[in-house]
Amino acid sequence: MQDPGILYVIAVAIPLASFLILLIGGKRLGIVAAYIACAAILTSFAISTYGLVRYAREGNLFAAPAHHGGEAHGQSTKPSATFVAFRADADHQAGESAEHSPHDSEQGHDGGLVWSGQIRWTAFGEDEIRLGYHVDNLTVVMFFMVTLVASLIHIYSIGYMHEELHDPVHDPLAVERGQPPLERPGRFPRFFTYLSLFCFSMLGLVLSDNIFLVFVFWELVGVCSYLLIGFYYERRSAYRAAIKAFVTNRVGDFGMIVGLAIIWTTLGTFTFEETRVALAEGKLSGVLLTVAGLCIFAGCVGKSAQFPLHVWLPDAMEGPTPVSALIHAATMVAAGVYLVGRFYFLFSPEALLIIAIVGGITLFMAGTIAIVQTDIKRVLAYSTISQLGYMMLGLGVGGWVAGLFHLITHAFFKALLFLCSGSVIHAAGTQEMPEMGGLLRKMPITAITMLVGTLAIAGIPLFSGYYSKDAILAYTLYFAQQNGGLLGPALFLLAIGGAAITSFYMFRLWFMTFTGEPRDHHVYEHAHESPPVMTIPLIVLAVLSLIGGYGLGIGQPPAIELALQNGPAAHGAVFHPPHDVHTLAGTFAFGAVVLGIGLAVLFYGIQLLSPDDVAAQFPRLYQFLWNKWYFDELYAFLFVRPVLRISQWARSFDWNIIDGIVDGTAAWTVRLATMDGRFDFFIIDGIVNILGEVTYWFGERVRRIQTGLIRQYIVFLVVGTVAALALLFYVTSLFAR
Amino acid sequence: MSWVLLIATFLPLVAGAILAIAPLERSACRVAALLVTATTFVLVTILCFAFDPAQGAVPQFTVDMPWLPGVSSVRLALGLDGISLWLMPLTALLCIVAVLSSWVSIEEGARGFYSLILVLETGLLGVFAALDVVLFYIFFEFTLIPLFFIIGIWGGEERRRAAIKFFIYTLAGSVLTLIGLVYTVVAYYQQHGTWTFSIPELVTNTRIPVEHQMLVFLALFAGFAIKVPVFPFHTWLPLAHVEAPTAGSVLLAGVLLKLGTYGFVRFSLPLTPVAAQHAFPWIATLAVAGVVYGALCAMAQRDIKRLVAYSSISHMGFCVLGLFALNEQGIAGGILQMVNHGLATGAMFAIVGMLYDRYHTRMIEDYGGTASVLPKLIVLAMIIIFAGIGLPGLNGFVSEILILLGAFKTHKLSAALAATGIVLGAYYMLTLAQRVFFGERRTPEAEDLRWYEAAALVPVAAVCLWIGLYPNTFLKPMLPAIQQTLRTMHSEVSAEVSQTRSRAGRVLTVGDSVRSIGSVFEGDGSQVARTSTW
Repeated sequence: MQDPGILYVIAVAIPLASFLILLIGGKRLGIVAAYIACAAILTSFAISTYGLVRYAREGNLFAAPAHHGGEAHGQSTKPSATFVAFRADADHQAGESAEHSPHDSEQGHDGGLVWSGQIRWTAFGEDEIRLGYHVDNLTVVMFFMVTLVASLIHIYSIGYMHEELHDPVHDPLAVERGQPPLERPGRFPRFFTYLSLFCFSMLGLVLSDNIFLVFVFWELVGVCSYLLIGFYYERRSAYRAAIKAFVTNRVGDFGMIVGLAIIWTTLGTFTFEETRVALAEGKLSGVLLTVAGLCIFAGCVGKSAQFPLHVWLPDAMEGPTPVSALIHAATMVAAGVYLVGRFYFLFSPEALLIIAIVGGITLFMAGTIAIVQTDIKRVLAYSTISQLGYMMLGLGVGGWVAGLFHLITHAFFKALLFLCSGSVIHAAGTQEMPEMGGLLRKMPITAITMLVGTLAIAGIPLFSGYYSKDAILAYTLYFAQQNGGLLGPALFLLAIGGAAITSFYMFRLWFMTFTGEPRDHHVYEHAHESPPVMTIPLIVLAVLSLIGGYGLGIGQPPAIELALQNGPAAHGAVFHPPHDVHTLAGTFAFGAVVLGIGLAVLFYGIQLLSPDDVAAQFPRLYQFLWNKWYFDELYAFLFVRPVLRISQWARSFDWNIIDGIVDGTAAWTVRLATMDGRFDFFIIDGIVNILGEVTYWFGERVRRIQTGLIRQYIVFLVVGTVAALALLFYVTSLFAR
Repeated sequence: MSWVLLIATFLPLVAGAILAIAPLERSACRVAALLVTATTFVLVTILCFAFDPAQGAVPQFTVDMPWLPGVSSVRLALGLDGISLWLMPLTALLCIVAVLSSWVSIEEGARGFYSLILVLETGLLGVFAALDVVLFYIFFEFTLIPLFFIIGIWGGEERRRAAIKFFIYTLAGSVLTLIGLVYTVVAYYQQHGTWTFSIPELVTNTRIPVEHQMLVFLALFAGFAIKVPVFPFHTWLPLAHVEAPTAGSVLLAGVLLKLGTYGFVRFSLPLTPVAAQHAFPWIATLAVAGVVYGALCAMAQRDIKRLVAYSSISHMGFCVLGLFALNEQGIAGGILQMVNHGLATGAMFAIVGMLYDRYHTRMIEDYGGTASVLPKLIVLAMIIIFAGIGLPGLNGFVSEILILLGAFKTHKLSAALAATGIVLGAYYMLTLAQRVFFGERRTPEAEDLRWYEAAALVPVAAVCLWIGLYPNTFLKPMLPAIQQTLRTMHSEVSAEVSQTRSRAGRVLTVGDSVRSIGSVFEGDGSQVARTSTW
């Protein structure tokens, strides 16, 4: 095939076709719907595997630097433009690097393999909006990850959503506690319809070559998320969560639209490639560039659930668990991180600094909240927010490869963790960890795969999370070393503290669920291992979570890292912190992880310490964390309630004032007309009447002179004629003057 | 093809007149009305396919014949250009929706009802097709009469008040518009020595003195702004919508509001470009206020129809903002927004009517969980809602993003403020969906989508999807016309600017217009001399 990029377009189109078939087929498809959707996504996966292999061959994707360590060190002495500008004493070097950057990017372009194509969507004279696809190394890697995880989750869902095949389905959560469960028709095909639409949108997002098309798919994945969070729409909480997710994302999108408008009005293009060239030519710079970057980042904050727009993601757990795994952990929420990585050249140093700070705050805040949550999915949701914070931090401090590397490994182990939790929920019938315990014996495969995921997310050496998280920590430490002031060390402390917290709450989750004595015997009796259709995806994901950070040979750098840096997507943003920094950061991280795990073992593993005692000792802190830092309450106080109150005011203002003025004008017109009528009746008509009466009266009087005496008449005639002539004379003299 | 346009425009009028006197039963009436509206739609669609997009700037399918005996300059002139083209199929399609959405709900006096709908259709099509200013104004005013009766006879409890308010409010505005149009015709006569009522001739060749422009602009604005309605002239709308029968709401929201924005593009922009530019801060303020205010009011409503009515105010605010951004994206977005809003809101009112037919209430709190009772209807309703809140892949997104891009070029802050409307819009529409369609079920069993309901909604949804996926079909014929308008404006504005500069940089104010406008009507010779030099 001439252009393998077309293959990717087909790979995007297949889930769309599946969506349309399922949409038309509707309910009668039954379980066939799942087969169609699975076949579609597996085909896409096959294509993306072919694409990966082919790209790897043609683009030399996995070529390791000759001497990895030395090379890394060598590069670090000549860091990229983005990084240098951070430094306090950067004036001289920034100028130099600005000189270099077009050269760098050309090299990046020439050195990289890109498959792309475009069509025109609309045109306005010189301005036109073009839509196209763009396959580079980042696309290839993302596409592979998305199709792989999505395929596994599709298969898993056949088992997990099996109940929806029944008619009617009993839903105890849709009614008040204590009432008989709601009976409703099953919605099995609809679930897969939405999943197919999601796969189409997510793959389209990854394949798009311009920010406009990304935005289109961005909104589409948002709608899929909305539909799937609200999948159990009879449940009030589910539907509210869906609206919350959509509207919170819209707040971010508001920024994104402004960002789009800035880019388009200043550069006249939407495509990433043309934007990059235009920026290298300096067509957009200074404050406006920073603002544009931050506006785009606002969208990413919404989608990737970063502080301060993170509040929707925990509520999004109302959706079915496979959805939480696919959309709200592995792929869609990572889209914000992906976009920051894709549009990296747009972000000025100031914007990147903000990204790093947002990431740092997010990872720490979400981690602390996760410590006290008891709902297994909510713990995972906060851990997702926290890990996304790590990615943003990594990107913000200049670790382009590290941030995106963590995106990929996180997708594997977080999908695994969610699917495991789904397996637990499926078996135990509850999401509350205090009601679980001792499930290791009942469901060993789930327990062990989940342990793999936990080790991976905690960052235990030899598991994938270790490699990617360590890389982020190394970049953060290097950033702290290179920049004076307190900010860098503060970010590093947050990241290290976050690592300890992560390992603590994850092991807490694992211990509470799988070890110890069963706390609720009903739940325990009920529990069982899930069917193979669910456990096989778990095993595959566990293997991926283990090996995700490995190289293609012993002593080789991680394959994913290589794939990310060996290609045009990196745009010269790749540098490596010196080896000793890496080692130092790794040591710190390892210490933190051991501390976290140790505490978790003490509290929940061997139960030497009681978490309740600690909670009782710090009640304020506990309440603060339990209530998720009071963000929901704060936003309700600051935004939701005021807006609702203003809307009530607006309504009554509209009704009473504006409409009142209109009606008042009408009423006054009527009143005026009435007065005019009265005037007409009493005054004008009155005068006429008076005239009439006067005439009558006069006539009565005049009648008296009708005496019948001729002489008298003649006298009257003469006098009258003289008087009339005199009057006439007077009047004509007046006019003649 | 000219005769197709002529037939399409007047067929409904003739059919309506026949229907009014034909002794037909209710069921025969509605079938007849459906056939006539469908035929009209087919004819209009043929025109759309026959339209040459490259020549979008000049009117096509022109009809030109005298019709007032003795007055040869007033002509029956029809034609379509890129600006009016898409409003024709919109009208024709929504008339079908109007007929179908009253399929069962109109029981009394069906014959009169359907004949009024048909007569109204001619009025609406005529406004967009008219190339003669007299004809335009006749159609423009004429639309009020059938709608007045539709609301006043078949409406809700307060129908009389609503009908009278709607009629008088909009009439009051359009009288001022008439003055503006008469001024234009007189000014043209003074400059060229001949009488013409041809719209293309008037808008391209009338040079309105810069001192008069603001007053002429305001006169035109008065009538158009009330029709749109621009905040704060909107209060007739919620009342009229709530009281109107479904078909009335569909046509009112779907087409009638567009008469105002159409008037802006057709007359205000090319005739008074300097004033339009000067007025931008004010118009933008009103438009943005309308976007946000309409959305806020919509949020607080308990009546579904009232909520949709306020959302119209919000969406039309976007439209006005785009038109007055005075660049290609803005105007194209604005015109497309007219079509999109017509489709989405028209269909939304039809859906509310369908729910009302089943449950006889419009109050949000009476509903709940209708999705489990009426799954198919709610799927269509959700598509329409997503179209309304600007979801990519559906039509609303395209026009909103074009408007925002265009407005951003002209004035960054107003675009940014208007963009908050999309957040609020998502909130109130989805909350509406949550309360009515989802959640706990409160409504009894009812029959799902009936054939005539499907026939009304599915085509609309399909067009929404088409515009959303490939808007170029719709934008292509518009662009030459928009470019033409902008060129006319630009040449005039640059002429005015040099003129104004030579007059020691005087700023155009309403006062200037007031002081000097009288001279045109008095036929002051010096004025003729002055204006004809331009």
